[in-house]
Amino acid sequence: MSPQASGSEVLQIDDLAVTFATDGGDVKAVDGVSLSVRSGEVLAIVGESGSGKTVTAKTILGLLPETATTSGVVLVDGDNVIEVSRARLREIRGAGAAMVFQEPSTALNPVFTVGWQIAEGIRAHEKISAKEARARAIDIMTRVGIPDAEHRVDYYPHQFSGGQKQRIVIAMALVLNPEIIVADEPTTALDVTVQAEILDLLRRCRDEFNAAIVLITHNMGVVADLADRVAVMYQGKLVEEADSVTLFNSPQDEYTKRLLAAVPFIGAGTAKTRERAKERAEAGPGTTVVKAEGLEIEYPGRLGKAAFRAVDGVSFEIAAGEVLGLVGESGSGKTTIGRAIAGLTRVTGGSLNVLGHEMLGFREGDFRPIRHDIGFVFQDPATSFNPLQTIAECVAEPLIVHGKAPDAAEARGKVDELLEAVQLPRSFGDRFPHELSGGQRQRASLARAIALQPKLLIADEPTSALDVSVQLKVLELFAEIQKQFGFAALFISHDLAVVDMLADRIAVLYHGKLVEEGIGEDVLVAPKHPYTQRLLASLPVPDPVKQAAKRKELDRIRGLEREGVLSEAE
Amino acid sequence: MTQETPKIKRSIWSRIPLIRELAQSVGWQRGMLVAGLVIIVVFLIAAAFAQWIAPYGYNQLRDDDGLFGAQVPPGGKHLLGTTVGGYDVLSRVIWGSQTAFLVIVVAVVLSIFAGIMLGLLSGYFGGWLDRVLVLVCDAIYAFPSLLLAIVMSIVLSGGKSSLFFGILAAAISITVVFIPQYFRVIRSEVVRVKSEAFVESAKVIGASNWRIMFRHVLRNSTRTLPLILTLNASEAILTLAGLGFLGFGIEPTAAAEWGFDLNKSISDVAAGIWWTSIFPGTAIVLVVLGITLVGESLNDLADPRLRTRKRAVAVDVDSAEIDEMEEAI
Repeated sequence: MSPQASGSEVLQIDDLAVTFATDGGDVKAVDGVSLSVRSGEVLAIVGESGSGKTVTAKTILGLLPETATTSGVVLVDGDNVIEVSRARLREIRGAGAAMVFQEPSTALNPVFTVGWQIAEGIRAHEKISAKEARARAIDIMTRVGIPDAEHRVDYYPHQFSGGQKQRIVIAMALVLNPEIIVADEPTTALDVTVQAEILDLLRRCRDEFNAAIVLITHNMGVVADLADRVAVMYQGKLVEEADSVTLFNSPQDEYTKRLLAAVPFIGAGTAKTRERAKERAEAGPGTTVVKAEGLEIEYPGRLGKAAFRAVDGVSFEIAAGEVLGLVGESGSGKTTIGRAIAGLTRVTGGSLNVLGHEMLGFREGDFRPIRHDIGFVFQDPATSFNPLQTIAECVAEPLIVHGKAPDAAEARGKVDELLEAVQLPRSFGDRFPHELSGGQRQRASLARAIALQPKLLIADEPTSALDVSVQLKVLELFAEIQKQFGFAALFISHDLAVVDMLADRIAVLYHGKLVEEGIGEDVLVAPKHPYTQRLLASLPVPDPVKQAAKRKELDRIRGLEREGVLSEAE
Repeated sequence: MTQETPKIKRSIWSRIPLIRELAQSVGWQRGMLVAGLVIIVVFLIAAAFAQWIAPYGYNQLRDDDGLFGAQVPPGGKHLLGTTVGGYDVLSRVIWGSQTAFLVIVVAVVLSIFAGIMLGLLSGYFGGWLDRVLVLVCDAIYAFPSLLLAIVMSIVLSGGKSSLFFGILAAAISITVVFIPQYFRVIRSEVVRVKSEAFVESAKVIGASNWRIMFRHVLRNSTRTLPLILTLNASEAILTLAGLGFLGFGIEPTAAAEWGFDLNKSISDVAAGIWWTSIFPGTAIVLVVLGITLVGESLNDLADPRLRTRKRAVAVDVDSAEIDEMEEAI
């Protein structure tokens, strides 16, 4: 799959070490890393957050902050970027090595047209007229697959969709024909169907532009899809380096093995779901906890603009003790539905019945007693705790609010029990949220959500901010707690594999409409709706061989789409 | 830097405001902070112990040897000379710090509570209350504070004021101008904090609005208060000095006041009598400078992007904190 040994070495990193000065003392982020990349090759650097992969990538372009001290050699086309002058570094940036950033919406300046921004890069390196620069911008935009580039060169970033913005960011990186493209999590901020398109584009960058690509990612599926060689980093050190087929088939290092084992895959939850379905069938039909009928939620538009309909005629039910997985891309309305059930967003039409309470036109005062029976786990554990309260105070909050305890100190016994239920040491109650890792915080968040033994738990992407290995542990904990406490749950996620692990039934949302609903086996193995099919085909699997086959399947579905079966998402 | 103190359990000492910042600071930022702190400490000592430090009373014209005499040059019994009115300059400068301190305290106390409360309500509830309050505050911005102070001083005591009314006039005018500033700062912070997930999580739990406002929002919205406080303090001193200089200040028999002394020394400057104006003027400049220095450095230190740190030495450190550092990039 890779044009092995065809190119010359364009990037060589030798014994790189980076140390940061922080408030907590010096921190060694990268420790003795040696790598090399040839032209026309994709090297993926994988690792958890904090493994030093981003720092390594930033060193290639000399983008580290002033607090960093760097040693070792980073050769970009014969220049050691650690030691070169600032003027030479500017010449290297863009022309020798270019960067594709994670978040396309913040990497582009909103007040300039995209054409101007692409041209700016050219004019920083070459003496060229504005007209020529514009022609080059149009050319490169066409080559990265922006339709109607002659006109859209004068568009502003907000006039493009997320995937197109990332194409433009890639165009900016490609326009000077650099030898190396550093792509820092280029698809993390994108939906899975868009991700597949961007990965195709990056593959073309390698094949058509013969660029060397350094791909930084934590997503093993993306690695399997694109990378020729893989370097695994852990705590600043390089633990394993191999070509991607070898790495996925026979990982050598313990850490790599653990990392690969933690990747969720479709089919993992089937057995468990069957077992649970049997148990529930024996227990007989339970009461309905949530019932939505023709649910509509609109966000009011700005002056003169029509309201935005986020949820459009959705009907579903959640029975007591059942886990419903809600899947969809960003903007599909899945989070809106979760928030509406928790009374954070107002329902504008249809009917939504939560624990016997109608949410259409509800009054906060009437609903407040019912909140007792609803738990909520938020997406980002870093912001869902009051930073000035200890974990014990945060977990005790629902107990205090509902009069189960007069203050945090009195509630401490119960809090300790809850912390133990989510497998956190009691002593963590005295810590502040920022002193916990992401996974620990999400456990504490779960402890707070189950403090009042709710009948319904809403989990809004509870693991999407976590590393893969941590995600697996949190999901296992979630399943265990759910079994123990027996609450009904709405599990919202963009990741089909994650939902598959937990959910009894899966509902797929697309543009505010429910396109498919059923038990996991049906929806994931034999999807009926073309959108679900595309969603499944877009999800990269952590196996290079299977992924190659899957890519063909995706191409087939895309071909069908072009014939008009499904309207274009963007 | 706090290398020796471990990350999780910081000593109580290093958590005290100012001390913590002092320990964090490095290089010229530390220099600024230390210089400001030294000036403020000297100012506070002078204000607290004026009675014992100052050689004479603020309104003392004679001692056992008779009258001091007007415009006596520095030296001998009067280290910094005497004023045109026959007061001892050194004593007046020291006693003046007491008046300045009182103005700061009264102005801050009057404005900070009202400003924070209004900002909190306005930011949290929004709606028409918010719109009205913002409009009123914008209107108040258009008022020159000195003009307001003059009006206040006339209203309170017909222009020539005692210690109490002089301070009150300055403080009230400052209050009126500064409430909108506290209001604005707190309001914008509240609007930001209000959309944070932890506020929503409190809402989901079922906490009441008051509980959310005071337990979760308010405490997370006071980040920029120290800076406003210091600006407010220096503005208070300048307004009092301005009032005094314009002749609406405090009578020399009621209290010592730097601005009043400056006003009385205008004619001296032309006559080559420098000591009556230089010293009270320097006192004003120094105190304002000291407070501003502290405020500025607190602001820089509170922001991780502006804070300078010691350069890292390439030594082996436990890499457990790398993720924190990656966030900082």
